[in-house]
Amino acid sequence: MNSDRSALHVRGLTKRFERPAVDGLDLTVRAGEFYALLGPNGAGKTTTLRMVAGLLRPDAGTISIMGLDALGDPVTAKQVTAWVSDEPMIYDKLTPLEYLEFVAGLWGIDAPAAEAYAHELLSSLGLRENMHERCERFSKGMRQKVALAGALVHAPRLIILDEPLTGLDAVSARHVKGLLGERVRAGCTVIMTTHILEVAERMADRIGVIAAGRLVAEGTLAELRHQNGKTDTSLEDMFIALVGNEATAA
Amino acid sequence: MTTAIANATSAPLGWFARHEIRLAWREWLSMMTGGRHRRKRAAITGLLVIAALMHVPAYAVIGRYAALQAPLDESQSIILTATIMLAWALMLSQAIESVTRVFYARADLDLIMSSPVAVGRVFSVRLAAIALSVTAMASLFATPFIDVLMFGGGVRWMAAYGVVIAIGVSATAAAIALTMTLFRTIGPRRTRLVAQILAAIIGAGFVIALQIAAILSYGTLSRFAVLTSDAAKAFAPSADSVIWWPARAVLGDGQALLCLLACGFLLLGTVMACFSARFSDTAARASASTASTRHVFRRRGFRSGSRQQALWRKELTLLGRDPWLVSQSLMQLLYLVPPALLLWRSFSDSAVAIVLITPVIVMAAGQLAGGLGWLTISGEDAPDLVTTAPLPPSRLIRAKIEVVLLVIGALFAPLVLALLLASPMQAAITTAGVTIAATSATAIQFWFRVQARRSQFRRRQTSSRLATLAEAFSSIGWAATAALALALPLAALVTGVMTMAILGASWKFSPQRT
Repeated sequence: MNSDRSALHVRGLTKRFERPAVDGLDLTVRAGEFYALLGPNGAGKTTTLRMVAGLLRPDAGTISIMGLDALGDPVTAKQVTAWVSDEPMIYDKLTPLEYLEFVAGLWGIDAPAAEAYAHELLSSLGLRENMHERCERFSKGMRQKVALAGALVHAPRLIILDEPLTGLDAVSARHVKGLLGERVRAGCTVIMTTHILEVAERMADRIGVIAAGRLVAEGTLAELRHQNGKTDTSLEDMFIALVGNEATAA
Repeated sequence: MTTAIANATSAPLGWFARHEIRLAWREWLSMMTGGRHRRKRAAITGLLVIAALMHVPAYAVIGRYAALQAPLDESQSIILTATIMLAWALMLSQAIESVTRVFYARADLDLIMSSPVAVGRVFSVRLAAIALSVTAMASLFATPFIDVLMFGGGVRWMAAYGVVIAIGVSATAAAIALTMTLFRTIGPRRTRLVAQILAAIIGAGFVIALQIAAILSYGTLSRFAVLTSDAAKAFAPSADSVIWWPARAVLGDGQALLCLLACGFLLLGTVMACFSARFSDTAARASASTASTRHVFRRRGFRSGSRQQALWRKELTLLGRDPWLVSQSLMQLLYLVPPALLLWRSFSDSAVAIVLITPVIVMAAGQLAGGLGWLTISGEDAPDLVTTAPLPPSRLIRAKIEVVLLVIGALFAPLVLALLLASPMQAAITTAGVTIAATSATAIQFWFRVQARRSQFRRRQTSSRLATLAEAFSSIGWAATAALALALPLAALVTGVMTMAILGASWKFSPQRT
């Protein structure tokens, strides 16, 4: 069904609310790849990723994560997956360290190893001074960093992020991007949605553009330019051209 | 442009009042409909039906007093005055909640305070709106009772609405003064918690204080035992005392009613004049304090254990660190004080006297388990995290239910142990009752679970009317079953089956099943 080198393999993925949100989507993300999923608001990016993360049950289609059937055996698939949403959901009454302890406990990670890694993660995200404070007074950026640390503390092989840079200041955004880059270099696969095209342009190995629940373009930046027929065009211009065409066709 | 600015600066207060009333109406409607606009008509129809049905119990409770005429004898005056004081205490509790909410929960403070309007005047309107909503709510609840009195005793009972307005206005004034004084004395951070605990204590405290006095003096839970006692009569002031004005006003004494209304509005006016100018400053300090609250925890290292244990620890930590929840639960636990006292008083007497304790404990366990069940099952602040965790949903839910039962067990074990010393049989039945009532309430919360933030706890009872009713009837049913199991075991079978039927119907109609 999928090649050994694919971290995520999606076939015919469909989800319908009042109208089709994801419409027979096929998507393959290779292991160790940084994949950026782009698309206009309401294109179906978040719905797709929520189905992959096990938060939504698809109406049809298959999802394979690291060769595991994510719909047939979700618990095993979740063991190697991490999800970070655009709206950081953490516990106000817990400290970042306590939050990471809880996450490590949920994923069954060895406590001493998780603790050491939690300290390292929080320090690298600039939260060393705040790791013993309750999260209730944290800004959105700080909460996003705690949520990201929670996603990384159990050393996932596939990290799915929905708009992770929203609300982060420039320094924090650089921290996050650096951390994600490190994980990719360590062999982890990252799938990220973003509206910041510059981030996709700089960080992603491959870019997928989704519109009306379907993948309308995919490839490296160079491949996308080649498909577009212009070698010097920006991702923004290509994105607008692609999405504009799709909107017209729809 | 200049005219527009001038108009904005002198924006009429009537416009802001309309805005406040619209917000209050939509908030109330949202609570009634669980936030679903399509249910608006159904909610209003349902309310009207309930209001109509409420006339039946109102008639049963108060119908025989419709012929009551002035002058009242001492016992009647005391009971009527105490009932009005109870209503005042409940309104005060509600008003404290509302005032605290204005400080801490309104999202529009920044907008108002940065707008070109006289902030003091705007807050005056907001305070008046609180008085209006408290009074309107009280009038709504009082309507079936007043209707019954008017039907049986004539239009003179219309004066009762005037009394409701007078005590609503004065309760709001007292709530504002109390909350602002708390701000000045203990600071904004502590005020939120203290005010909410005070609201809970005041709401339940009056009834409980009367019950405690009755137990200590007469060994009964009946508050009327105190009110109709010779001791109460001995302490009662003379017939022309101001204390009796509310009772006289309810009976249609126009002069007393006018005086009450005048006093109420004068009090509110004075409080608004004194505090509305400081209100913006206080509100700003409240929002700043929320942002700067800093709790630092130096703690031991990560603990090993199963995934189940990680969930237990998280739930117990969150419950322990939520003082707001403590204040919300306090009201339910306060009701345990009188039966505990009765237990203590009756320890050396026959077991018959303490039979009453069992249903109270069972009822409290059911209600508390319902609240805790909502918090752990529905009130999940990180639903994505627990859903994407590598464990089956059944284990997740099981861990949450175990936490509820664990907390209920810890809270009620001391009472059951005390009962064990007095009557092992009663202790056994109480234990069974507590377990079944808590399990039933938790099951209802599980069947009717919705994803919500813990901070939405106040709205849990409006997310599903059916769940709220099922939870209440289940607790009442198991309480009655436990009491009957001690006195009339065969009758307990009947109530037990009826309560099971209620649970069955709840499950049948629950959204998780359908």
